[in-house]
Amino acid sequence: MKDVINLQIWQMASAYVFIVVLLIFVRIRGISREKEILISALRMTLQLILVGYILVYLFENINPLYTILVIIIMEIFAIYNIFKRTKTKLSKPLKKIIAISMLLGTLSSILYFLFIVVNISPWYDPRYFIPISGMIIGNSMTGISLGVTRLVDGMHTQKHLVESALMLGATPRMAAKKIVNNAFDSAILPTINSMVGMGIVFLPGMMTGQILSGISPITAIEYQIAIMLGILGSVSLTVILFINLGYKTFFNGKSQLVIGD
Amino acid sequence: MFLLKEVKYKNILNIKALTIPENKVTCILGESGSGKSTLLRLLNKLISYDRGEIFYNNQSLKEIDSVKLRRSVVMLPQSPAIFSGNIRDNLLIGLKFAEKPPVSDDRLHAVLKLVHLDEDLNKDAEKLSEGEKQRLTLGRVLLLDPHVFLLDEPSSSLDEDTEHIIISSLVDYVKKNNKTLIMVTHSKKVANHFADNTFEIKKATIINEGEV
Ligand SMILES: Nc1ncnc2c1ncn2[C@@H]1O[C@H](COP(=O)(O)OP(=O)(O)OP(=O)(O)O)[C@@H](O)[C@H]1O
Ligand SMILES: [Mg+2]
Repeated sequence: MKDVINLQIWQMASAYVFIVVLLIFVRIRGISREKEILISALRMTLQLILVGYILVYLFENINPLYTILVIIIMEIFAIYNIFKRTKTKLSKPLKKIIAISMLLGTLSSILYFLFIVVNISPWYDPRYFIPISGMIIGNSMTGISLGVTRLVDGMHTQKHLVESALMLGATPRMAAKKIVNNAFDSAILPTINSMVGMGIVFLPGMMTGQILSGISPITAIEYQIAIMLGILGSVSLTVILFINLGYKTFFNGKSQLVIGD
Repeated sequence: MFLLKEVKYKNILNIKALTIPENKVTCILGESGSGKSTLLRLLNKLISYDRGEIFYNNQSLKEIDSVKLRRSVVMLPQSPAIFSGNIRDNLLIGLKFAEKPPVSDDRLHAVLKLVHLDEDLNKDAEKLSEGEKQRLTLGRVLLLDPHVFLLDEPSSSLDEDTEHIIISSLVDYVKKNNKTLIMVTHSKKVANHFADNTFEIKKATIINEGEV
């Protein structure tokens, strides 16, 4: 097997040509996005460098506490990110439910994946624990964000239909069923779509990275299949938990709609 | 049937005392914004009063399960609610919500006839006119066969002649089947012609109540 080409710093720097080209194009076209492009390129660079050093440190000083701490930080960031990403204002109970669903959904998927599917040892091995958790949490975060937006928007725009259903004798569950199903659908659709194109349209980042670093493509693919299933499982579980608890926050104990009060 | 005592809802409604009799047609009149819809929503337990008491068959609304109440006291909102699908779907969805068994197309046709809507059951309900939608939703609540109908301006989008035809077939049905009809209307003519009992809401309070 050939040695991995270690990128020299100037080689890496030359990749910024892509950004320069983009900046020139945007400038000529008068699209005022230079600032965002620069900032995001900068953030990406700094964040990854930082993470690189942190990972090196974590891999060299293996400690279960560190692993747990990293997972907690990832979860907090992910949950905070969901709150920030949703355009509409979220009620306090809804925020609580988002957090609970994220924690329960992702943690149970991560634990199942690491201990049953991969069976790592020691149980806190950061080389597995951290990247796999990152992928599962990240994808679940995207899924639930979509679900939250759909649910909240749906409840607001279809308020009249939901209330009309109540007038006809529907339980809150029946009245919200359509909106709930739509929210679930739009939350897991991106994950399902990405599975369809996988291997043909694109090679997933994780697999590409593994192949580049010298691992046999077959091993990389085995991992990729397993992680894709894990991601789908976690996204579904998280979103199912969220919508089934979340729609209830729009009703009170007397089966009355309480939007905007 | 319904008995209201010292009922207060925010600063919108303030009703000292009101009785709505069983097996009768009661019309609620009042200018726009006086709280007519709010009163119906209270009776349907879509909202809860802040003070006082409302009794339904001598039982406080607070003690009756909302869903159970709404399956016996069905409300038709002021603006018709059309669910996606055709006319058949829109009629049957009420039965589904109330957890009642679906009915045959013949029964659906009979109900459509009652509200004078001569349309194909497979027609997309969104394609109906405003007045047709209103009659479709009226048909939907008739199909539910509840004890009490709370109808919020069920004929607001209809011309006077159609209004008369629809309301009289509705009142016929109610009388024949021993139902109670509580109807908000802006038409004094309708109230005079059909109501056994009329009251008017003004500035959030009942000003007159009387047999017609
Ligand atoms: N959800 C609400 N929150 C606050 N105020 C409301 C709410 N719904 C209605 N109101 C107010 O309560 C008053 C009565 O409203 P309601 O809809 O009962 O009037 P209405 O008699 O049915 O009028 P219309 O004939 O125009 O339908 C109005 O002043 C309205 O602004
Ligand atoms: Mg009204």
